[in-house]
Amino acid sequence: MDLRTLTYLVVGLSFVLYIGIALLSRARSTGDFYVAGKHVHPLANGMATAADWMSAASFISMAGLIAFLGYGGSVYLMGWTGGYVLLALLLAPYLRKYGKFTVPEFIGDRYYSNAARTVAVICLIFISFTYVAGQMRGVGIVFSRFLEVPVGAGLMIGMGVVFVYAVLGGMKGITYTQVAQYCVLIFAYTVPAVFIAIQITGNPVPQLGLGSQLATEPTYLLDKLDDIVTDLGFRAFTEGDKSTIDMFAITLALMVGTAGLPHVIVRFFTVPRVSDARKSAGYALLFIAILYTTAPAVGAMARYNLINTLQPGPVGSETGNLVYEERPHWFRTWEETGLLQFEDRNDDGRIQYYNDDNLAFAPMAAAYGWKGNELQVDNDIMVLANPEIARLPNWVIALVAAGGIAAALSTAAGLLLVISSSISHDLLKGIIMPGITEKQELAAGRIAAAVAIVIAGYLGFDPPGFVAQVVAFAFGLAAASLFPAILMGIFSKRINKQGAIAGMLAGLLFTFAYIIVFKGVFFEPLRENLPANWLLGISPEGIGVVGMALNFFVATVVSRLSSEPPEEVQELVESIRFPGERLA
Amino acid sequence: MNNKPDQNRTAQSYWRTNLRLVAICLVIWFVVSYGFGILLVDPLNRIQFFGFKLGFWFAQQGSIYVFLILIFWYAWRMNRLDREYGAVDRDFAVADAEKVLAEEDAEGPE
Repeated sequence: MDLRTLTYLVVGLSFVLYIGIALLSRARSTGDFYVAGKHVHPLANGMATAADWMSAASFISMAGLIAFLGYGGSVYLMGWTGGYVLLALLLAPYLRKYGKFTVPEFIGDRYYSNAARTVAVICLIFISFTYVAGQMRGVGIVFSRFLEVPVGAGLMIGMGVVFVYAVLGGMKGITYTQVAQYCVLIFAYTVPAVFIAIQITGNPVPQLGLGSQLATEPTYLLDKLDDIVTDLGFRAFTEGDKSTIDMFAITLALMVGTAGLPHVIVRFFTVPRVSDARKSAGYALLFIAILYTTAPAVGAMARYNLINTLQPGPVGSETGNLVYEERPHWFRTWEETGLLQFEDRNDDGRIQYYNDDNLAFAPMAAAYGWKGNELQVDNDIMVLANPEIARLPNWVIALVAAGGIAAALSTAAGLLLVISSSISHDLLKGIIMPGITEKQELAAGRIAAAVAIVIAGYLGFDPPGFVAQVVAFAFGLAAASLFPAILMGIFSKRINKQGAIAGMLAGLLFTFAYIIVFKGVFFEPLRENLPANWLLGISPEGIGVVGMALNFFVATVVSRLSSEPPEEVQELVESIRFPGERLA
Repeated sequence: MNNKPDQNRTAQSYWRTNLRLVAICLVIWFVVSYGFGILLVDPLNRIQFFGFKLGFWFAQQGSIYVFLILIFWYAWRMNRLDREYGAVDRDFAVADAEKVLAEEDAEGPE
């Protein structure tokens, strides 16, 4: 069977599975729709959280980023896993004890204010739409590469599938499809990784293979990789390019941002008990860690494979570089997508891939007769092209396509659900029309989900120029607005309505403004995005940390200057701190 | 609850014990990631750990394993604490249903 038919078959089967599960787990009440009736087993919730959390970015982009950034890519590995420690220790059990449906609802109750609830809804919608646009884009890319349909058609199919199970099943439908999607995506990620680890190091466990010797010579993989990349003028793989303070700030912003993402937090509302919420965070991280500890191995091995393919002979010798006409099949297919581009600058018919930004390396490159780097490689192709580079069978490639789609769809569904519940439950039922019945609220939730899917599809199909630039927003804003407000709501009884609102707005506006100044959203950036211009040397990716600190500071000062929260709010705080009934 | 709470077993002492456990975990969380993986990465990289430089290993592998151990350890300790304090960690789906019934009962006679 040829690759295309096989891919259609595997992806088609996975869709049948998702829709079948959705039909079996339809939502019948608002409780089912928002929090899956609160009786998801912690293990199943852990899997669903892992699929919810690991997006197209984790599945497709992360290993590619690590392949090119080396040690610098550690910010994503630590940042996107360390947040679960914060969730398990600081947020999840208490929010579970609180026991209602949404994050803005908690903020509204704890700060006894619809204004606070509205601010939280705005933060949530902004964060989630930024994020979901990226997922829909990921679906489009996978479809166009592997199924050879136009990006738009791919998007329509993806939207249709999400529509069926998010609108019908709500949280209940999403939860069980996410469990299935996790199984698909983790299988699709680890199978090629195991094959490649065996090929390169002889060790079938990628995490161990990363620290093993090469199958071909008694040298450690990472040492060899450092050698071959520095020979081409690149930075050593195990060394970073970011300043220590920026590494620190980005990692912290990603960790705190992860813990503050509403679609992740809300998953912990679905388990039956407080102890389940703690355990479930552990399971979630376990399932995530399987991918996240494999990714650095995939990244390093992909870089090694890529350079060995392009530079089969010694660096600098006339015949050391790959002849363009002899390029492998995967090279040709990715050239067609434009994600891999070759330009023969010195007209020798061979591919020179090296770091032409490195001034210290320039004299050597000139001596070799090289006239600049001739190959542009997009980070995103590394995971998708890996099975082809390693010459794995077609079924593995089809599986990777299904895995990429599973990762994107599962995250998109989770995001769409928190968007729709914040509209139907927080804005409509909570603030604008408190009188509506449960049945009307459920209908409103379904309509909101449907509308959100259409907007997300539009954003994915025709991303306004700024979507690509605002990914830093999602984490930065979650870190600077929602996380501190929830944390202080649990750990302090003194923070009041005025403090929380002022804090959220201060954190939000500061972070928003800083990112806009350097990234430019509706206009050109006001200042060039260079370390010399950054506040304290912190890049826009890491600035959420400063926004968070500002939020804590403003909230504390404003609260001190105004009256204590009312008695019943202090009692609410007491009650969420203890899993059982009240103690003395 | 029917059993009388021990004098030392108050909501305050439960909370203090919890905060202590959280603090211990967060110190370790900080040390393995920000400490070993970022601030001390250069000195640690002079130590070879199998085929890894040690600082690099913490940044890309070790810290994640430690995060996992931390969460499960905390969950285990908190479960023990809950039992010591007789926290009846109820199934909330059941509790919610009971609450609704109770509210209906309360509204009934009016």
